[in-house]
Amino acid sequence: MEVSTGNVGATRVLRVRGRLDHSQAKDFEAALAPHLLPCTPTGSPLVLDFSGVVYVSSVGLRVLLLAAKQVKTQQGRIAIAALTPIVTEVFQVSHFNMVLSVFPDVAAAAAELGP
Amino acid sequence: MKLICWGTRGSIPVSLTAPDVRAKIVRALQGAVAVDLADPTAIDAYVAGLGFDVAGTFGGHSSCLQIETGSAEHIVLDLGTGVRALGQQMLTRFGPQAPQTYHVFLSHLHWDHIMGLPFFTPVYIPGNRIVVHTCHPHAEFALRRQQDEPSFPVRFEQFSAQFEFHVATPGAPFEVDGTRVVAHAQRHSGDSYGWRFERAGKCLVYSTDSEHRLEDEDERAGFIAFFDQADVVVFDAMYSLADAISVKADWGHSSNIVGVELCQAARVKRLVMFHHEPAYSDSQIAQILDETRRFEQITRDGHELEVLSAYDGLELSL
Repeated sequence: MEVSTGNVGATRVLRVRGRLDHSQAKDFEAALAPHLLPCTPTGSPLVLDFSGVVYVSSVGLRVLLLAAKQVKTQQGRIAIAALTPIVTEVFQVSHFNMVLSVFPDVAAAAAELGP
Repeated sequence: MKLICWGTRGSIPVSLTAPDVRAKIVRALQGAVAVDLADPTAIDAYVAGLGFDVAGTFGGHSSCLQIETGSAEHIVLDLGTGVRALGQQMLTRFGPQAPQTYHVFLSHLHWDHIMGLPFFTPVYIPGNRIVVHTCHPHAEFALRRQQDEPSFPVRFEQFSAQFEFHVATPGAPFEVDGTRVVAHAQRHSGDSYGWRFERAGKCLVYSTDSEHRLEDEDERAGFIAFFDQADVVVFDAMYSLADAISVKADWGHSSNIVGVELCQAARVKRLVMFHHEPAYSDSQIAQILDETRRFEQITRDGHELEVLSAYDGLELSL
C-alpha cells in the first residue's frame, strides 16, 4: 500500500495504491490520519483517489468509515473517487456506496467539494 | 451429517402477508406470457425456472436448526419458533410411545432463541429426555421463567419430559453421542456462543448472534481457528457491512462480507447465511445472496467457497 499527495485547486488529493486488506489497514489508517485533521470548514477538503486501489477488505472499509466520521465531526468534507470496477462492486455489496461520498473521478469530486 | 433448517429469521418471527403473496403471483404471471398454460409440462418447467424468491419463501420462523448424525439421539440448535414444526415431525416419525433424547444447544437466551420451547411437543411426552447444553449458567432460569404466569399457562414443572442442563465451558471440547462438540465465546449482548460439531470426518459450525470487531486481530484469529476447514458454517449475516459497523454497531450481529472473509481465511467449504433481518423481503434476501456470491467470486484466492442463504426447510447433506 502506498500513499502520495497532491492538490486540485484548494482540494487536497490523497492517491492510494495497492490492497487495503487486513495486513495493510493499520498502515493506511496511520497514513490517512494527518490528512484528516485539516478537513475543517476553513481547511482543505480531502479527496481519496482510489484509482490505484485493487482491493478493499472489511477492515479497510472500516478505516474509510472512521475517516468519514471524523471529518463529519470536524464539519469538513471528504470524498472517494475513481473506484476500480472490483472496488466498486465491493462498495455496492457492503453498502458503503450509501454511506460514503463516491465520485467517478477526482475532478468531479474536487468540483463538488471545492469552494 | 445433515443440516435441517427449521427457523432462519433473526430477532423476531415474521410471516408473508397477503400483499406479499399477491406480489409473487403477479411477478410469476408477468413472466408467463409466452408459456403455454394449457400444457402442464410447460407450466412445471416454467415454475421450476422461477427464482426462489418468487416461487418460494425464505420463511419467517426464528432460529432453530437440526443436525442429523445417523444416531438415535437428536441434535437441535436453539429453540426459536422453528422448533414447533421440528417437534411435530418428530411426533409423526416416532409417535408418542417411543422415548427420544434431544440434545439442545443454545447460542444464548434471548427470546427469539428460546420462545419455541412451550410449543415443542416432545416436552409434553413422558419418557423423552431433553439435555440442554449451554454456556450460560442462567439457562435453566430463563427457560423456566418464560413458562411462568402471566406469560404462559403451562409451567415448566408441568413438562413431562425429563430435563437436564449441562453448562459447558467455551474452548473445552466434549462428546455428545459420538459427536465432538466445542463452544466459542461471541460478542453479543449478554454473550452468545457458537458451537462446532465434528463427527465421522465432517464438521458443522453454528455461529449466530455474533458481532465481529474488525480491528480486533485476536478475535479474528480465534474465529478463523473455530471455523477451520469446516464443511458448513452457519453465520449471522443479518446486516450489510456498512450498517453493522455504523448505525447498527453494538447491536450484536454481523454481515455477509465478514462471513465470506472469515470463511475464506478458514478454508470453509460452504457458508450458510443465517438470521435474516426480519424487515427483509424474499426479494431482498435473494439479492443479498446474489451479491454475496459475486463478492466471493471477486475475492476468491484459490479457494472456492459455496455461499447459500438459509431458509426454513433447507436440508443440506455434508
